[in-house]
Amino acid sequence: MPELMQFLLSGVTVGAVYALVALGFTIIYNASDVVNFAQGEFVMLGGMITVFANLAGLPIPLAALIAIAATAAIGVALNKLAIEPARGAPVVSLIIITIGASIFIRGVAQVVFDKQLHRFPAFSGDTPIQVMGATILPQALWVLFGALCVFAGLWVFFTKTLTGRAVLATANNRLAAQLVGINVNWVMTLSFALSAAIGALAGVLVTPITNTSYDVGIALALKGFAAAMLGGMGNPIGALVGGILLGLIEALTAGYLSSVYKDAAAFIVILLVLFFMPRGIFGKSSTDRV
Amino acid sequence: MINKRLTLLILAVILIASPFFFPSNFYYRIGSLIFVNGLAVTGLVILIGYAGQISLGHAGFAGIGGYSCALLPVHLGLHPGPAAIVGALLSGGIAWLVGRPILRLKGHYLAIATLGFGILVAMVLANEAWLTRGPDGIDVPDLGLNDLLELVGIDLTNSQFWYWFSGLVFLVGAWIALNLYDSPTGRALRALHGSEIAARTVGIDVARAKLQAFVISAIYASLAGSLLALQNQFITPDVAGFMHSIEWVTMAVLGGAASVLGAFFGAAILTTLPQVLTVFQEYEQILLGLVMMLCMIFMREGLLPSILRAVRGREK
Amino acid sequence: MSKLLEIEGLGITFGGLKAVQDVGFSAQPGEIVSVIGPNGAGKTTLFNMISGIYRPSTGSVKLDGEVVTALDPYLLARRGLSRTFQNLQIFQTMSVLENAISGFHLQERGPILADLLHLPSMRRRAAAAKAEARGLLDRVRLGNAAEKEASSLSYGALKRLEIARALALKPRVLLLDEPAAGCNAVETEEIDHLIAEVAASGVAILLVEHDMKMVMRISNHIVVLDHGEKIAEGDPATVSRNPKVIEAYLGTDAQEEATHA
Repeated sequence: MPELMQFLLSGVTVGAVYALVALGFTIIYNASDVVNFAQGEFVMLGGMITVFANLAGLPIPLAALIAIAATAAIGVALNKLAIEPARGAPVVSLIIITIGASIFIRGVAQVVFDKQLHRFPAFSGDTPIQVMGATILPQALWVLFGALCVFAGLWVFFTKTLTGRAVLATANNRLAAQLVGINVNWVMTLSFALSAAIGALAGVLVTPITNTSYDVGIALALKGFAAAMLGGMGNPIGALVGGILLGLIEALTAGYLSSVYKDAAAFIVILLVLFFMPRGIFGKSSTDRV
Repeated sequence: MINKRLTLLILAVILIASPFFFPSNFYYRIGSLIFVNGLAVTGLVILIGYAGQISLGHAGFAGIGGYSCALLPVHLGLHPGPAAIVGALLSGGIAWLVGRPILRLKGHYLAIATLGFGILVAMVLANEAWLTRGPDGIDVPDLGLNDLLELVGIDLTNSQFWYWFSGLVFLVGAWIALNLYDSPTGRALRALHGSEIAARTVGIDVARAKLQAFVISAIYASLAGSLLALQNQFITPDVAGFMHSIEWVTMAVLGGAASVLGAFFGAAILTTLPQVLTVFQEYEQILLGLVMMLCMIFMREGLLPSILRAVRGREK
Repeated sequence: MSKLLEIEGLGITFGGLKAVQDVGFSAQPGEIVSVIGPNGAGKTTLFNMISGIYRPSTGSVKLDGEVVTALDPYLLARRGLSRTFQNLQIFQTMSVLENAISGFHLQERGPILADLLHLPSMRRRAAAAKAEARGLLDRVRLGNAAEKEASSLSYGALKRLEIARALALKPRVLLLDEPAAGCNAVETEEIDHLIAEVAASGVAILLVEHDMKMVMRISNHIVVLDHGEKIAEGDPATVSRNPKVIEAYLGTDAQEEATHA
């Protein structure tokens, strides 16, 4: 029983990170119909920039803030420089552009930072907390707390504020949103900034547990995408549920089947979802007009 | 669309004439690598250019082809040459099995599914060390053809042999791909690329056609993987990896993803560029990423067609 | 006379909206049946159901007595049903000639090995299809444009190309979805003659058209849809005098045209 509890706890923790990455995918997908394969790099940047800002002498909270702001700016740049110019391009082209962007960011990180593993101290120490016979790190609670705050905050933003509803309107029908006076370009900028910031925050929160390096982005992007697909592409609640579910599946696979193939769990989930449930748990369907 | 005879002529001339410009033996090796990549990319052009699909995991088939040359001689006593053929058949078979469900997907979903497939193959190759010796790789036996040639009086260095051999295999692959383009099956592929609905309306079994393109391109990738394994006499799971798949797709896209000639030039450019920049090896990823983005943003049809268009434009 | 095409009780619902409800009619070889109705009446949806693109919620489609409801378009093509599209579905990356040849797919296809190696058997089949395709292009007055890229042609020319491609199947039933839309008077007349010719050769033709003069002139039978339901059916004279039809669609001017036609 305590073993199962351990797997569940670690599954939910890593699942929270996947949920945040999936949320990032969802926001950008809703705003622009683009699946941003560079999403994982935002998480990497959040962690790496914090590490190096901290090494340069800044206290961690400030370093983290700078990391999140800088990553948000990079997200905006990605939209302005790589995605906007290719508006209307076929899906294949957009896929290649965002993959190219992720490779580019990774390449720059490799040169600007280095290829080592890094971490910084946890926010409230490393003493494990006992929960039902299993242990959980305090930092894991920070991750869960952070994720919950983000999801709750965004829920309030999208349903209660005018700006948030403008974003939803644009996601729903870009042209109509323009016609009622919504500045669609600004919405796009906001969406990318938000998505990148969320990814960076996830990176900041999880680095004390998992360490970070220049190439953690790929696996995160794929798993975040799997989570988003599982929950239903474009649905924020789906991102949350999909992320947690994927984390649990991965932890249980690692615990009971094979720790070597735990990464494969995500890909098998993707394939199964695509074949049997392409719309995901909460997704909507569409028909083509001829 | 450049016609078949002209394309084959250009490629043959390049194959035969290039060695005269090689300052050293090393250049044979680069040439050979270009032809191997060109072979894989030609297969991708059939899938992406003709049929309008996408695969981000085709290097998985290269892994199957390459490891067939490493493992089948050891476990079944096969000569590495036939092992490559068996590998190609294996890849074709797996592509047929995997393709049937996967090709029902489109766009992002197809891309991710193929990506997942490629990564799974690479994972299995890296983890099943009892079979594959794991992430450090495994030796591949000598093909033996070069020795045979020596018996007949043709004395080539290894690099030279592989340059001519890969070049020839590539030419055959190019010929087949060009044949396909101007054939009923090829037209069916190009039709479904233009409009799946209209293609079905004229009687094309679209699901079957897509599968044909997928299997054929998998065989091309497999043979490319085998050639790599045989000339290096060594192979690692990276051959099946995600980055390798992406590199090939980038080469295809750079060349316009529509023609065999484009495939060759895409492969040539992206194979030589890292060699040219060996001093800046760290910048390889930055360069690759940049090429991918710039190409798709500014030269959506690829480098070659855009240049041709610019040239033709000036002639008016 | 046996019914070549028989539609019975065909209907489809999109998420609660009944787009088409209980439509039925039939067509004989050589007959030109026009489906008319105001915009949004469900004409193209009806076509899409008959040609296998949509799966009907209710009803059946029979081709020469065989039930073919909801069969994939490629299976319908193999049974002799062919169509054109309202929003052109041309093969953009191919030339005009290649577009026409693609219509001969069922005729020119063979073992894939023959295609990969360009064996003599493939060359023969492809050459035959190519020659016939050129003939069809001449018939729709596109012979001179054969080598051009399909995307470079005008809208009206592309409509004729689609008809050529549809005829390549040597269909028994041909569905034409607004073949004269976007065409000038001369082009419309050419299409008019073409349709009459094709019908005369024994093909059953289903036509969706907004050009009322053309419809009244060439149709043997007219089916009128409004809001997804059939409100009238009959020969042109009868239909044009039907008060329900006039009310839904035709208007007084067109009614006078019809009585003087």
